[in-house]
Amino acid sequence: MNAMTENWIAIGKLDDIPLRGSRCVKNGDMTIALFRTAEDQVFALEDKCPHKNGPLSQGIVHDGCVTCPLHNWVISLSSGTAQGADEGSTMTFPIKIEDGDILLSLDGNKA
Amino acid sequence: MKKKLVIIGNGMVPGRMLERLYEQAPDLYDVTIFNAEPRVNYDRIMLSPVLSGEKTYEEIIIHGDGWYVDRNITLYKGHKVTQIDRKAKTVSTNTGETVSYDKLVIATGSDPFIIPVPGHDLPGVLSYRDLDDVEAMLLAAKSCGKAVVIGGGLLGLEAAAGLKEQGMDVSVVHLMPTLMERQLDEAAGHLLQRELEGRGIKVHTSSNTKQIVGEGKVEGLELEDGTILPASLVVMAVGIRPNAQVAKEAELDVGRGILVDGRMVTSDPDVYSLGECAEVGGQVYGIVAPLYETAKIAADHLAGVPCEAFKHTETATKLKVTGIDLYSLGDFGQGDDREEIVLRDAQAGIYKRLVIKDNKIIGVVLYGETSDGAWFNNMLKKGEDISDMRETLIFGQAYQGGAPLDPTAAVAALPDDAEICGCNGVCKSTIVDAIKDKNLSTLDDVRAHTKASASCGTCTGLVEQLMAVTLGDSYNPAAITPMCACTDLGHDDVRRLIKAKELKTIPDLMQALEWKTSCGCAKCRPALNYYMVCDWPDEYADDYQSRFINERVHANIQKDGTYSVVPRMWGGMTSSKELRAIADVVDKFDIPAVKCTGGQRIDMLGIKKEDLPAVWADLGEAGFVSGQAYAKGLRTVKTCVGTDWCRFGTQDSTGLGIKLEKFMWGSWTPAKLKLAVSGCPRNCAEATCKDIGIICVDSGYEIHFAGAAGLDIKGTEILGNVSTEEEVMEHVVALAQMYREQGRYLERIYKWAKRIGLDEIRSQIMDNAEMRKAYYERFVFSQKFAQVDPWNERVSGKDKHEFKPMADLKLEPAE
Repeated sequence: MNAMTENWIAIGKLDDIPLRGSRCVKNGDMTIALFRTAEDQVFALEDKCPHKNGPLSQGIVHDGCVTCPLHNWVISLSSGTAQGADEGSTMTFPIKIEDGDILLSLDGNKA
Repeated sequence: MKKKLVIIGNGMVPGRMLERLYEQAPDLYDVTIFNAEPRVNYDRIMLSPVLSGEKTYEEIIIHGDGWYVDRNITLYKGHKVTQIDRKAKTVSTNTGETVSYDKLVIATGSDPFIIPVPGHDLPGVLSYRDLDDVEAMLLAAKSCGKAVVIGGGLLGLEAAAGLKEQGMDVSVVHLMPTLMERQLDEAAGHLLQRELEGRGIKVHTSSNTKQIVGEGKVEGLELEDGTILPASLVVMAVGIRPNAQVAKEAELDVGRGILVDGRMVTSDPDVYSLGECAEVGGQVYGIVAPLYETAKIAADHLAGVPCEAFKHTETATKLKVTGIDLYSLGDFGQGDDREEIVLRDAQAGIYKRLVIKDNKIIGVVLYGETSDGAWFNNMLKKGEDISDMRETLIFGQAYQGGAPLDPTAAVAALPDDAEICGCNGVCKSTIVDAIKDKNLSTLDDVRAHTKASASCGTCTGLVEQLMAVTLGDSYNPAAITPMCACTDLGHDDVRRLIKAKELKTIPDLMQALEWKTSCGCAKCRPALNYYMVCDWPDEYADDYQSRFINERVHANIQKDGTYSVVPRMWGGMTSSKELRAIADVVDKFDIPAVKCTGGQRIDMLGIKKEDLPAVWADLGEAGFVSGQAYAKGLRTVKTCVGTDWCRFGTQDSTGLGIKLEKFMWGSWTPAKLKLAVSGCPRNCAEATCKDIGIICVDSGYEIHFAGAAGLDIKGTEILGNVSTEEEVMEHVVALAQMYREQGRYLERIYKWAKRIGLDEIRSQIMDNAEMRKAYYERFVFSQKFAQVDPWNERVSGKDKHEFKPMADLKLEPAE
């Protein structure tokens, strides 16, 4: 999926994001949240919970998911979909890491 | 004219039958009950928790007196029916009552089996059958002497564990080579024996009782091999037999029990029998699930509603000893046509065994980890072919088909007809429908409406997960017993193990306690982080990624993602300088809303996250520090003006409030902690609904605690009276530290106090100066590391990344 994307934008270094933490990237009106998991994987989601638009970047990152700070929905970082019984999904963006540089593509996908 | 229904016996089964009957045909019968026990209907399954002290009799009552009154039922307590005259259709009692019936139900239950060894009739030999037995055991346990339990089956072991809890020195004597041999295979029996021995219970297997010895009372028990076990109490729990005496004398057909057909009708068409005294299809039952089924059938038949005849089904066995998880079901004998799948983890004390025949599960033994019991039970009942998941079957439902490792999801995936509550035969869809149709939101509601988890309670976790799945947002997960889906351990176990195993980092803890997920979840990580901060104040490095956002950025997140900021105003006092500084900040940062809080502070709402450090810098220059209005920690100390201004004030309530706040600020607690000091009993600071409150009186200070004015409203309890401010400080701080050390994360002080007991808290804080001082010292030590203003730290550059976007694509296009 990522291989199809041509327009990669360098947005910073892996170490700019705290381990099991998140940083934001502004893109006009949209905020994209970048997450770094315990295993150093990086994922990008629109910073909006499918439930009530809570800022996912402010949530707790655990096991490939983030828990929204507003009402504790758990969103998969890889697919953007709500876990458990909740239904909904958030836009995901392709990421690749080259020599510690994080590259983001703005070709968002929605599950 | 109503028909007359007479019931002999008032146990759980006729109780259930009546509930059903009143649902189906509320006006059909006038009901009269004769109960040989002088009580209402209580949950006999829960006698073991009463014995161990975890529950009281009042908590296990199923139908209180009001229930009978509401239904116009005549209940004769303590009356034993001695005769049934089937020709005249009457019953007579030992107290001389004679009552006539149109329909009669015999539910006389069973009697404990007493082994007729010499000495069996000595005082101090008890059976384990009803509340009288439990009360006698509790009385005997007061001596803290030695007890012997004869019988290593379900009841015997529950009795042994309960007596041990009560402080007795307990031995179990069991005839067979392994414990609970009817329910457990050998390996699980040994694990269970090891666990009980680890708790200090001595187990003698393959041992037969020769006699009970003693002069005028029990002094000991002699085994066949000549061993003498000294004891002041002997409990016989070797089995029960149906109590069919009164039926036999009335010349009803009796086998082992009172013979009934599939509709619970005896050889007399007007006489029914159900419960442990009845024999149906050649079986006599002693566990509640099939008996409740017979209750339902009898009720339907009495009501004239069509119903299916009784059919035998496999029923799971669970042991109700706190901390021992055990589940067994079906047939687990060995044989050539059977295969088995076994999983052992000796370190963790886990043993699981599935017995398979023709690719179907026919038997299940789970020890140590039983959460998949319902899932296996469901497959066993349906006779599902397991060949496709054979390799991963033993690991449980969460490991099938790549489903996530989340028990909540596993419950969500159960089919609608999966049985959740084995005791009451309640399936998933019944619970889910009741939650939805009747807007149920608490476990007690669900129990009341569906009966699920209302008997032995071992399926409580499953029911709670179902509630979580069904209710989503509105369900309060803090009520769940295991800490979260990542572990089966409860908060108390985790806190105990943190100290016992000296676990000082979250990864260490997850490794040692076998967390099921790689790095926890949003429920357990904040809790664990708090426990670490509290227990190892000097060694633990606070993990900000395990804190909820408010505590990570030291402000309160609002629904639109902006934040609110509340500076500390000590004791609620402020000044023109402070107010001016706040006004300037509000103007400078264009803060949209300013509001007074209930804790006498000023709240600035709608601040953008990026602006927070600059807002704090300006506030800091005016002398403000963080008000920690976001913290599970000390929030505010609310005061009245006291002797400074008030004509009624008895003490300097403002000064004391400020002192308390300056001493305690920065401390983390299990849930938020709000204090108040009122200068006189008029109580203008509303101290009597606070977590901790002080009421000043002429003679000194009344210390209150455990109030609530939120989800629950509750007046405080009095901790005690002291005469100086210094004593107030020491007592309040010690109380806060006790709560810090024992509270479960997110458990407010009033809930903690209810759980621990007010007397226990008073005795430790008021009466025991040594303990109080030790708590106080530990709090003071912890404050050395806690009293750092988080706003100032961040103004100085800490966690800069939190407040700045990583990149702005529209402003600075990537090169």
